[in-house]
Amino acid sequence: MSTTHIGKITGVNGNLIKVEFQSPVAQNEVAYARTGHLRLKSEVIRIRGNIAELQVFEDTSDLRVGDPVEFTGELLSAELGPGLLARIYDGLQNPLPELAVESGFFLQRGKYLPALDRQKTWPFTPIARPGDIVEAGDALGWVPEGIFKHRIMVPFRLAGRWTVKSVAPAGEYPVEHVVAILQDERGRDQEVRMVQRWPVKLPIRAYVERLRPTEPLVTKVRIVDTFFPVARGGTYCIPGPFGAGKTVLQQITSRYAEVDIVIIAACGERAGEVVETLREFPHLQDPRTGRSLMERTLIICNTSSMPVAAREASVYTAVTLAEYYRQMGLDVLLLADSTSRWAQALREMSGRLEEIPGEEAFPAYLESVIAAFYERGGVVRLRDGSIGSVTIGGTVSPAGGNFEEPVTQSTLKVVGAFHGLSRERSDARRFPAIQPLDSWSKYESVVPAEQVAYARSILRRGNDVNQMMKVVGEEGTSIDDFVVYLKAEYLDAVYLQQDAFHPVDAATSADRQKYVFSRIYKILKTPMNFTEKDAARQFFQRLTQVTKDWNRAPMDSPEFSEAETRIEQMTAEVTAYV
Amino acid sequence: MYKTFQKIDQISGNVIVVRAEGVGYRELAQVQSAHGTSLAQVIRLEGDRVYLQVFAGSRGITTDATVRFLGHPMRVPFSETLLGRVFNGSGMPRDRGPAITENMTPIGGPSVNPAKRIIPRNMVRTGIPMIDVFNTLVESQKLPIFSVAGEPYNPLLARIALQAEVDVIILGGMGLKHDDYLFFRDILEEKGALSRSVLFVHTAADPTVECLMVPDISLAVAEQFALQNKRVLVLLTDMTNFADALKEIAITMEQIPSNRGYPGDLYSQLAARYEKAVDFESAGSITILAVTTMPGDDVTHPVPDNTGYITEGQFYLRNGRIEPFGSLSRLKQLVNDKTRPDHRTIMNSMIQLYAAYKETLEKQAMGFRMSAWDRKLLKYGERFEREMMDLSVNIPLEKALDLGWQILADCFEPAETGIPTKMIEKYWPTK
Repeated sequence: MSTTHIGKITGVNGNLIKVEFQSPVAQNEVAYARTGHLRLKSEVIRIRGNIAELQVFEDTSDLRVGDPVEFTGELLSAELGPGLLARIYDGLQNPLPELAVESGFFLQRGKYLPALDRQKTWPFTPIARPGDIVEAGDALGWVPEGIFKHRIMVPFRLAGRWTVKSVAPAGEYPVEHVVAILQDERGRDQEVRMVQRWPVKLPIRAYVERLRPTEPLVTKVRIVDTFFPVARGGTYCIPGPFGAGKTVLQQITSRYAEVDIVIIAACGERAGEVVETLREFPHLQDPRTGRSLMERTLIICNTSSMPVAAREASVYTAVTLAEYYRQMGLDVLLLADSTSRWAQALREMSGRLEEIPGEEAFPAYLESVIAAFYERGGVVRLRDGSIGSVTIGGTVSPAGGNFEEPVTQSTLKVVGAFHGLSRERSDARRFPAIQPLDSWSKYESVVPAEQVAYARSILRRGNDVNQMMKVVGEEGTSIDDFVVYLKAEYLDAVYLQQDAFHPVDAATSADRQKYVFSRIYKILKTPMNFTEKDAARQFFQRLTQVTKDWNRAPMDSPEFSEAETRIEQMTAEVTAYV
Repeated sequence: MYKTFQKIDQISGNVIVVRAEGVGYRELAQVQSAHGTSLAQVIRLEGDRVYLQVFAGSRGITTDATVRFLGHPMRVPFSETLLGRVFNGSGMPRDRGPAITENMTPIGGPSVNPAKRIIPRNMVRTGIPMIDVFNTLVESQKLPIFSVAGEPYNPLLARIALQAEVDVIILGGMGLKHDDYLFFRDILEEKGALSRSVLFVHTAADPTVECLMVPDISLAVAEQFALQNKRVLVLLTDMTNFADALKEIAITMEQIPSNRGYPGDLYSQLAARYEKAVDFESAGSITILAVTTMPGDDVTHPVPDNTGYITEGQFYLRNGRIEPFGSLSRLKQLVNDKTRPDHRTIMNSMIQLYAAYKETLEKQAMGFRMSAWDRKLLKYGERFEREMMDLSVNIPLEKALDLGWQILADCFEPAETGIPTKMIEKYWPTK
C-alpha cells in the first residue's frame, strides 16, 4: 500500500466534494474525507488541475470547506477469499449483519468492517509444490467453503510467470496467513495470502479463453427455458413497468436456477423486498444439495435509501465477486435488480459534475458503461482446463414502462436474451408477465426447436385472430380460426403461465418441460372438430382446468398420470378424423 | 457562541448565498432581516460561498441580513406531548399550544440496516374489499395512492387511517388546501383519533421551502415512536407537491435538470423518505400511505413513475374507485396465505374474469353480437363493480370472500372460472 497524502475540501454539493491536492492522485482512487472523528469513504471521479472531484459513499452532512481528505493510493477494491458465500454485504462490501451487531438498527456513517472474518480459520490443503511454475489464477491450494472447494489462487494482479518457493503445509489458517511465497524471474519474493484484493471496476481476466455460451441454463420457469432460454455464461435482461413482476421472477430464478452460486445484487431495490430474501434463504432448502440455500448465495444489498454513490459501486462489487468464483471453475448467476437504478445513479453523479447531458439526461457514456458491465459475463476456459461461467440477468425499470428509453435500448444491444414484461399481461394476472410476442433469445431451448417454432406460430396466429375478432366480432370469425385462437389461449394458460407460489407449479424441471411440452404440442397439432363456437370454448375451458391440475401434481404421482389420461381422453373425443 | 455573518452575496428564488467560513454541509442557520426571522439550511458549499435555502422564503430579505449558524442540522423535538398537536413545516406550533423542545432529534437520519428488518407479517384490515381481498395492506408497507385532482383521495386516506389498527397516526400535509387540513383535523377529532395523532401541516399558502421539511419531520417523529414499540401509520399528502418543491430549489440552484425539469436525484430523494417504512426487529413499525397526484392523469409523469419503482405497490384511485388494474400490493403474498385458504384463489380468479369482462365491454361497444359467454361476463362484471369495487362497501375480509364465491356461483359454471378442482369442491356454494 502506498503512503497516504492529504488534500483539502474546497466545496460540497450533495454527495460530490471538491478537493484540492498536491501529490499525484489517480482516477477512481479511494480517499477518506474526515470531519471530527468521522472518516467517509469516497472515490475520485474527475480531476481538473489541482482539484479532484470525489463521490462520497455516505451522507455528507457536517463536512466543511478546509476539512482534510486522505488519499489512499488504492483503487476501489473488493476483498476476495474464503468466507464470502452466505454473506450479506452492502455495495462497498461491508457485512451488514456484522454492522448491525456493532451499530444496531441504523447504518452508522463512517463505519467500515472488513469483508472477510480475520479470526476464522480454514483447513488449507496445498496443491502446488515448490519449484512449480505458476501464473495469475493458478490454484496453490484449496479450503472447503460449504459444498465447494474454494481455490486459493495466485493473485490476479501478478503478471507473468512465477516460481513457487514455498507452500504452507496442510493446516488451519486465518485468511491473512501467508500460504505461499512466489519468486519472479529476477528472484524477488512475493507473499500470497488466502485473501487478495481486486479493483472492482476492472474485469478479472486470469483465464485462457472466453468461449461461446451454448449450454442452456435451466431456470425452471417454463416460458423462459422453453421459449426464451438463457445460456450458461450468457446475458439477458428483463425490462418491464413497475408492478409487472420483475422482482418475483428474479426471486424464483435465484431459488431454482441450476447453477453453483447465485449472487443477488439488490441495487437501489426496496428494502422490504430484499428482507424477504435475507430472512428466507437461510431456511430454504437448496433442491440440489439439500442444504441451506444461503450456502450458495451471496447478497449485495444496497437499497434505494442507501447513498447513491454506493449504489453505483454495488454492481461492480457484485460482478467482481462473480468473476472470482468463476476462476474456480464454478457456474455463477448474477442477478442485478435493477440496472436502471444503477444507471440513475450514474445520471445523478453526472448531473452533479455538470456534464453535458445525453438522451433523457443520462450521461453520454451510458451505453459503453452498460456494454462493459454485461461483457463481464461469459464462459471461460481456465488454465487447468476447467470451465467456469458468469451468467448475468439484469432487470431494467424503464420510465413509464417505455422500452424506447436509453437504458433498455443500450441493454438490448449487448444481451443474448430479452424477456419483456407487459402491463397488459400483468393486469390480466398472467404470470410471469413475459410478453411472448415481443421477447426473444439467441440461445438454445430445452425442448426441440421445431416444437417451439410451431407453438410460437400458434401464439402469433391466435393473436392475429384475436385482433381480427376485435374488428369483425366473434360471429365474423370462422370456426377454424376461432379454434386457433382458443389453442393459443390454452397454451398461454397452461404453459406460459405458472404459479410462483405453488410448491409444484413454481419450478418445472427441464425433463418435465420436455415431457409436458411434447404432450401440449400434440394437442396444438391435433385437428379438432367443433360445430359451434360455444362448444369449442367450453371444451377448452375444461381442458385448461384439467391441464392446470396436471401442472400442480408432482410428476411421479398418481394425480399426474390420472390428469394426463383425462387430457388424452378429452382430446380424443374432439379429434377430427381426416 | 454562534458565528454570525452579514455578507449576503446573492439572493435568487428562496436561496441566498452568504460568504462564510467553517460552516458544515446541511447545517442550520437563522436568517434575521428587517421583515422577520427564518430558519435556513446549507445546501451547497463552494469555497467561502455558502448556499442556504430559507424556509420562510426570501421575500423581504435584505442584503445586510444577519445569518447566524447554529452548528447542527435540522432537528425535531420528540415526546409524548406531541400527540394531539399540530405543527408547521419548520416544526413550530400551528395550534395555539406551546412550542416543544424536548429530546431534539436530527431529521433525515441514516437508513435502517436491512439486516435489522423483519419480514412484514401483519395484515392491516381496512374493511374495503378492493384493498383487503385484492391488494392487502401490510404493516410496514409503503404505498402511494395514485390519483388526480378531484378524486376523494384525502377521505380515502382518512378512512384507512381510522379503520386501521395502529397506535399512532402522523399526518404530513404538503401544499394542503386549508379546507383539507381542517378536514383531516376535524375527522380525526370526531372519531376520537386526534389524541393519538400528530399533524405536520404545510398549506398551499405557506412558503414552498417549508414543504420540503414535512416528510422528514413526520418520519423522524414516526421513527422515534416506532423505536418505542409503537405501530405508526404515516399519511403523506401530497408527495407531488413535495417533488415540485424539490424542482423549484433545483432550478434556482441552476442544477442540470433531468426529466421534465425535476432534479436528477428525484428517485433518491423520494426513496430516502419512503424507505423509512419499516418493521423493526423487536420494536415497532412504520407504515406509509402517501398520495401522489398525477398531473394530467399520466402515470409516466416522473413523480408517479419514480414512486412506483420505490414503493411496495400502489392503489389507483379513478372515478371514485380503486382500480383493479394497476393497483398492487407487493407484500400481500406475505400475509394472504394466512387469512383463509381460498383468499388467493378468489383474488386471482375474480380479476382474471374481470379482465375478460372488460374485453367483452369493448366488443359490446363495437356493436358485436354477444355470445352466451359474453352475457355471463356482463352479468358478472356489473355485480363485481357494484358489490365489491364500490368504495362505500365496508365489510370484513371473510364476508368479502364469501360474497366473491356467491357472485361467481351466480354467474358461472365452476369449470368456466379456471379455479382448481380441489378449491371448487371445498368452496363452491351449493344452490
